[in-house]
Amino acid sequence: MKLFVSEGNPHCLKVLAALEVTGVQCDVQYVNHEERVVPFLSRPALPALLLPSGLHLFSSNAICRYLFEIGGQDSSERCNQWLEWEATDLQPALLQALHMAVLHGKGSEVSKVLQGPLNYLEQSLSKGNTPYLTGEAVSVADVVLWAALYPVLSDSSLASERASVKAWFDRGAVLHSCESAAQKVLQGKGLQGMKSYMQRQPAPQNSQSRDTQPCNSNPAEGVEDERAVSEEEMEAAALTWSKGLNSCPLATDRQHPILPHEGKRNLLVTSALPYVNNVPHLGNIIGCVLSADVFSRYGRLRGWNMLFVCGTDEYGTATENKAREEGLTPQQICDKYHAIHSSIYKWFQIDFDFFGRTTTEKQTEIAQDIFWRIHKHGFLIEDTVEQLRCENCQRFLADRFVEGICPQCSYPEARGDQCDKCGRLINAVELREPQCKVCRQTPVVRSSKHLFLDLPKLEPQLEQWLDKSTSTGDWTANAKQITRSWLRDGLKPRCITRDLRWGTPVPHPDFKEKVFYVWFDAPIGYLSITANYTDKWEKWWKNPHQVELYNFMAKDNVPFHSVVFPCSLLGAQDNYTLVSHLIATEYLNYEDTKFSKSRGVGVFGDMAKDTGIPSDVWRFYLLYVRPEGQDSAFSWADMALKNNSELLNNLGNFINRAGMFVTKFFEGCVPAMELQQEDKKLLALVGWELQQYIQLMDKVKIRDALRHILNISRHGNQYIQVNEPWKKIKGGDAERQRAGTVTGVSVNIACLLSVMLLPYMPTVSQTIRDQLSAPQSCVNTMLQDTGTFVCSLSAGHRIGTVSPLFQKLEVDQIEALKKRFGGQQTTAQRANSTQLAAVPAAAAEVATVNGVDPEKAKQLTQAVTEQGEKVRALKAQKAEKAMITAEVAKLLDLKKQLALAEGKSSEPAPQKGKRK
Amino acid sequence: MALRELSSLEKYLGLKKPNKYSTQADKKIPVLQNNNGPPLVGLVTIACHLVKEAKRPNLLGDSAESRAVVHQWLEYRVTKLDGCTKEDIKTILKDLNLYLQDKVYMAGNQFTLADPFMYYGIHPLIVDLAIQDKEQYVNVTRWFDHIQHYPGIRHHLPPVVVPRNRLYTSKHH
Repeated sequence: MKLFVSEGNPHCLKVLAALEVTGVQCDVQYVNHEERVVPFLSRPALPALLLPSGLHLFSSNAICRYLFEIGGQDSSERCNQWLEWEATDLQPALLQALHMAVLHGKGSEVSKVLQGPLNYLEQSLSKGNTPYLTGEAVSVADVVLWAALYPVLSDSSLASERASVKAWFDRGAVLHSCESAAQKVLQGKGLQGMKSYMQRQPAPQNSQSRDTQPCNSNPAEGVEDERAVSEEEMEAAALTWSKGLNSCPLATDRQHPILPHEGKRNLLVTSALPYVNNVPHLGNIIGCVLSADVFSRYGRLRGWNMLFVCGTDEYGTATENKAREEGLTPQQICDKYHAIHSSIYKWFQIDFDFFGRTTTEKQTEIAQDIFWRIHKHGFLIEDTVEQLRCENCQRFLADRFVEGICPQCSYPEARGDQCDKCGRLINAVELREPQCKVCRQTPVVRSSKHLFLDLPKLEPQLEQWLDKSTSTGDWTANAKQITRSWLRDGLKPRCITRDLRWGTPVPHPDFKEKVFYVWFDAPIGYLSITANYTDKWEKWWKNPHQVELYNFMAKDNVPFHSVVFPCSLLGAQDNYTLVSHLIATEYLNYEDTKFSKSRGVGVFGDMAKDTGIPSDVWRFYLLYVRPEGQDSAFSWADMALKNNSELLNNLGNFINRAGMFVTKFFEGCVPAMELQQEDKKLLALVGWELQQYIQLMDKVKIRDALRHILNISRHGNQYIQVNEPWKKIKGGDAERQRAGTVTGVSVNIACLLSVMLLPYMPTVSQTIRDQLSAPQSCVNTMLQDTGTFVCSLSAGHRIGTVSPLFQKLEVDQIEALKKRFGGQQTTAQRANSTQLAAVPAAAAEVATVNGVDPEKAKQLTQAVTEQGEKVRALKAQKAEKAMITAEVAKLLDLKKQLALAEGKSSEPAPQKGKRK
Repeated sequence: MALRELSSLEKYLGLKKPNKYSTQADKKIPVLQNNNGPPLVGLVTIACHLVKEAKRPNLLGDSAESRAVVHQWLEYRVTKLDGCTKEDIKTILKDLNLYLQDKVYMAGNQFTLADPFMYYGIHPLIVDLAIQDKEQYVNVTRWFDHIQHYPGIRHHLPPVVVPRNRLYTSKHH
């Protein structure tokens, strides 16, 4: 039997106390917090007890119970009840209290948070009139509760206000064993002894959010149980409805340059700068630019003053590498890929106010200014670093530019940073027989002087700022957690200079031949890009009182935005605007694997448009599976399903029906509406969904907010289905009027939907308003305050021509796309799709060599589709079996020819990379 | 919810007289008025009490070790499963799937209170799983299917269809 514990973990206090009280013999091993002792749990769980049978106990209460039982004390029913109370009621409150006290320094909150549980304990103890919780003797319940409460009770006056609790606690204190356990775990440091443990715990949710969001409700699948709507809600919704549109239209045309305005919410939105040397894949797109785009569009609808900037990050080794590969200069590479990036984002309708780049004059100017300021304030340290230098190429070699023999396993082709064979990390100077990757000469070891940013010296300032920013701003949970873990591990000085050519030159005379390291340089790109947009860029970037800064990124970029870059700006001491809201996504996988450029797996930005699927549908699906809170996956089958079920059958169907009823039954004019209870109830339901949408979007919960749009159209479809206006229109006057009301309300909901959709699907959104000839002012009205669903198409309004908004994605089509992007693209296709811009002639050559014939493929695709339809028709008519078989054979043959023409193997199996 | 679960448990245990329960606070913690003393509060506490009343102590485990394991899962149910967030679901299923890899029941080879108790708690999660996910958590679904077909357990919950043949073969490596 073996007990695993870690220092500073309050749960370990319980088990160590129980061990001492019961006198059970057991090995105790101290391990690191992060150690995963219990093999089946993915998060570290301590304390843990390895039982003789080989099973693990990971609950501290179960361990205590067990120790008492083998010590000869079975736990009573009362005991169990206390243990359950401790786990379900006391612990959540304790966790919250400790979180406040230890991490936020708000010791004062502790008594408020713990008031309920402590009062309950006080009552029970005073009523029971026994010295211990379950009677005259110490039981497992006393030990568990005592140990759980020790950190807060010993550190404050909480107990003194409650006489019975105090008496009980001091009696517990007599139990020598408990105090010695406390000494072991907390090391006499009190609450602060738990800091490093608390930092790695997920932030506790308050109990409200838990109640309102039970895990098992999935709003995407059907409207949940009807929400009860009160009379007041209905009347309020009807009142809002009758208010009509805002008379003063907000300025929807942006006047560049946009600058902060006094009295407005001024939001500066940035998306992580994409690295120039590659084509972005879907994961990159959803992680930064698309998310930031949706939020900026939404912010404009809310009437906030928004500036959205981004650009390509162009300096660094990777660019030099790529340039060498393609036989171009770094500048040419940047120009080429900057254009590719721009066109991809344009296709995805990313509406930047400015999309710049980091290789500009302004970048040099601002980066050097920040550098000198940091230097002046004494936050730079000099140190020498040993590096390999190739005398032949006249330069220091970045790790990736060296190859040699692995010092560990003697693998001959180890790289300067890592050995591919044994996987060990290598320091480039340790390689045996190192070679310059470019000229194959042997480099020499030279020491080189470098500058380091003194992060440890900046840490106190950083912590102070972080405490404020993370508590007042909207930081995603992963952003907070990654930042905490960086701080916990301790900050070290970070080198900001490099021996490269392609970068911003270091202005210091002692470091003439060097450039800034990209991590120092790149985030400054946000400033220089803004400076290239407007001369008055400092109104955004040196104006923390008027401006809120939103940074969008994927989680791998968090430390640079939350720790390193803020340190640069804090060190410069020039009143810079620091990030207020850090929005980080998790990762998006492709099907069930990773996107991989080298293996040709996944969809890359430039290929999305070749699929024939509209940009808006791409946007919708990527946002629907946005990795918000957890990793998610792009799946073709799922994309087809969501397109067909949500866009086509739900949203598109509702909007189309509403419009068609107006056209067909009321000659294209919105009919008069007489609201009844049922209609008001619908208005209230829709209003509630709108409110949820706004609340979520304000907090940048983009994926969750989308669900509420789809809920509204579901409500709408149900409403039409129940009221059957197509039948009522044929009835008497009263019935005809009812059909009119239902149609009028529906078409107004369609108008609301178009506004809510705008951030997600800008083209579809505009198409809907065009079809309905909706006044532009509806865009400015609906998303004010907590949401105002007004009647924007009043009786008599003439709508335009209504047509379907979405198309079905067929199984065949999706299967073909899945194959095409599944990692088995032939080299010909790869060359074709990625290097088209550079070498079209070469690509065409390769294509013919492999017998690929795009023209023929096109004809055959058509033939396959027609034949497929024929087969389906025959099957539907229940034709003779022989006849069907013959046609199916034809179809298969056509498919085979098509595969050949497309340059794929005609055999469906084996699928490389997908199955093993 | 908790009350329906307790009445299902009573039926399974074959208790003749159904108990009367009330609930406490907004979290709807069940309370059982007890003739021989103060009321019993809490789902785990009451469930254990019912097992004792039915004189089936083995359902709580037949050794100190298995009693500890059973209690651990009862606690897991009320602290981790109940009120878990969407973000937690994947981790929970992944962990349980690994745990159940070499086990028939929650406590090993013997049916205990931990099985129906975890079954009731995990039901809402399983109902929402796509078939593809069910296959991913194959050990959880195997156990789940076993328990929902265990005589006298399911009662108030709708059955969940668990396909036996694999539809998404490429999902697994």
